[in-house]
Amino acid sequence: MSTKILDLPTTEYMLPGNRACAGCAIGIGLRSITKALDGKMVLVNPASCLTVLGGMYPVSSMRIPWINVSFPSTAAAAAGVVAGLRAQGRADEMTVLAMAGDGGTGDIGIQALSGAAERNDDFIYMCYDNEAYMNTGTQRSGLTPHGARTTTTSRGKKENPKDLPRIMEAHGIPYIASTSAVYPTDVYDKMVKARGIKGLRYLHMNVPCPNGWGFDPKDTVKLGKLAVETGLVALYEIDGGIFRLTDRSAMLAAGGKPLVPVAEFFATQARFKSLPPQSVADVQTWVDRRWKEYVSRHQAE
Amino acid sequence: MSSTVVITGNEAAATAAKLARVQVVAAYPITPQSSVVETLSRWVESGELAAEFVTVESEHSALTVCLAASTVGARTFTATSSNGLAYMTEQVWWTAGARLPVVMGCVNRSLAAPWNVLNDQQDSMSVRDSGWIQLYCRDNQEILDTFLQAFRIAEELSLPVMVCYDGFLLSHTVMPVHVPSAEEADAFLPPRPAGLQIVDLNDPRNIGPVTLADPRRDASGVLHGGYMEIRHAHQQALAEALDVIPAVDAEFADVFRRSWGGLTWEHRLEDAEVVLVAAGSLGMELTLAADELRGEGIRAGVLGIRAYRPFPVEHLCGKLVGRTLAIVFDKALSYGYGGPICTDLRAALSGREKMPTVFGTITGLGGRDVTAAQLAEEARAAISDAEAGMSQRRTVWVNLQDVAADGKTMCGVRE
Repeated sequence: MSTKILDLPTTEYMLPGNRACAGCAIGIGLRSITKALDGKMVLVNPASCLTVLGGMYPVSSMRIPWINVSFPSTAAAAAGVVAGLRAQGRADEMTVLAMAGDGGTGDIGIQALSGAAERNDDFIYMCYDNEAYMNTGTQRSGLTPHGARTTTTSRGKKENPKDLPRIMEAHGIPYIASTSAVYPTDVYDKMVKARGIKGLRYLHMNVPCPNGWGFDPKDTVKLGKLAVETGLVALYEIDGGIFRLTDRSAMLAAGGKPLVPVAEFFATQARFKSLPPQSVADVQTWVDRRWKEYVSRHQAE
Repeated sequence: MSSTVVITGNEAAATAAKLARVQVVAAYPITPQSSVVETLSRWVESGELAAEFVTVESEHSALTVCLAASTVGARTFTATSSNGLAYMTEQVWWTAGARLPVVMGCVNRSLAAPWNVLNDQQDSMSVRDSGWIQLYCRDNQEILDTFLQAFRIAEELSLPVMVCYDGFLLSHTVMPVHVPSAEEADAFLPPRPAGLQIVDLNDPRNIGPVTLADPRRDASGVLHGGYMEIRHAHQQALAEALDVIPAVDAEFADVFRRSWGGLTWEHRLEDAEVVLVAAGSLGMELTLAADELRGEGIRAGVLGIRAYRPFPVEHLCGKLVGRTLAIVFDKALSYGYGGPICTDLRAALSGREKMPTVFGTITGLGGRDVTAAQLAEEARAAISDAEAGMSQRRTVWVNLQDVAADGKTMCGVRE
């Protein structure tokens, strides 16, 4: 049973005004996340765009405890917060949420995350994926999609991105989900579910980035949704090993309609400009194969 | 009940952590540190120590767990050595900058390459500028006692403390150690002050965010210091440590009838003309060398460095005024320059009157054995150079052996 948009709690934990770029989707996602956790949380955050959103000392944009940590250390820091709270008998007071970007998760932070997953430490880890090192000016990360131009892949990235949810699934943790910041109820429902589970829970959230992707900030939600329509981003969860597509992705699978071609998504952004047709075809093949896997794994309720 | 047991330096460190009732321990194995945390892990599993033990996947994460647990108010402990410390260096800086009272053991070991697991002090000396308090121990009793003192110092000043002791020479060598009872330890070291528990849902704060150089106003218009003011406060806390370290040692002496000297310790220093200077267990070797020199009519004494950071400048000047010669025996090197303690001591004495000539030596790298006889011999050579009128001297490598005829074969293995 999924939550309707009008039924989301009205309490806000984000203060009006923050330092994020215009059109940044992190804020949209964070509103849903903080509502799902009722603000009873501590946020552990490394160097990233989210740090910028949080504000500069001595001003904060959020009404929740927030601990800034170093770039590679997010998951270990969250493990330390959990251990510290537990040692003091305060573990039930709040949910520990580690939240890092794609570079901070899939590249420099993956060792600490893998360690925490192997230990099944009791916190929620969310990777918000804007598909490059956007905070430092759009350099490629291990999660940057094939073909995307960044300041370190000026002719388009040659490799496909790491499939992080799948890497986390191989760790055998109790809950994994993929979502998109522009689907607030999907984010909310998955975070509510994650909140009720013990152990390491991993959420992966796609976050459109106007500056890094090269689109008009007013189109953030439109582009986030288009990414889902093409199958480049799929909304799903793996709960206790059971894979299930959710929300719009579940509808797309159920309808049996063809996905929107990735070329249409590519045409909306500067980062995919002048991409050779062969690259577009390669990505389409990759998406089709992955989508087929998702649909065949999907176990509808 | 207190007791006297025969234990290694690493067991003394673990025992101190238990007596301190640490709440979170995280560590990654590295020789010669490993048995510290093996011991603690065993006590946590058996229920002898009520703590969270986080079995991390790296040293970087070990210190991260400690600093994060410390942020939410827990008393934390870790230990490492050598490349482990090098790997956690980013977090060494973070812990100090965040002003977290983490206590860490550094079981001093040389740094690769080439591989070497034996003792020198290059590891801790390499992070001397990170804003931690560094205390060096000379024997196993001092290790146990210094760790207990370290938690007091750390929590009073909101500064991390690194307790350094020589790998193998102390970590794996058994000595009789007096172990206080839990009640005695509790009386000296109460639980961590509640004021340091800063994560609170009713008073949510953004801890350690981006901070500009200059002061800025908060939403209520109150002006707060910028990065520079925060760093200045950190430096002031380290200056304050120059009073707190001896005060805590004095209080420890009141309770346990043992004093370690606070910032420095000494042997036959009172009327000494020639002062032998070192940190750690090498100082004990120097006491034998000084005794040997005394037997020859040379008025020699030892000045042991206990607090290397903060560096006790005024205290050292007071100890060295009127002496003829100070010979520093460094078990580390600032590559391309000289020994760290020697360099700092020269700077401390610079421009002051009635201060001794300071000669520097490098010794004991990578576990190279150095005997009291060799140390005395080097002291005689230094005295002779000074008597010949030399006031500046190149750093001498003690017990460096001439092996390669071409002088070029360094660390590649030849068939």
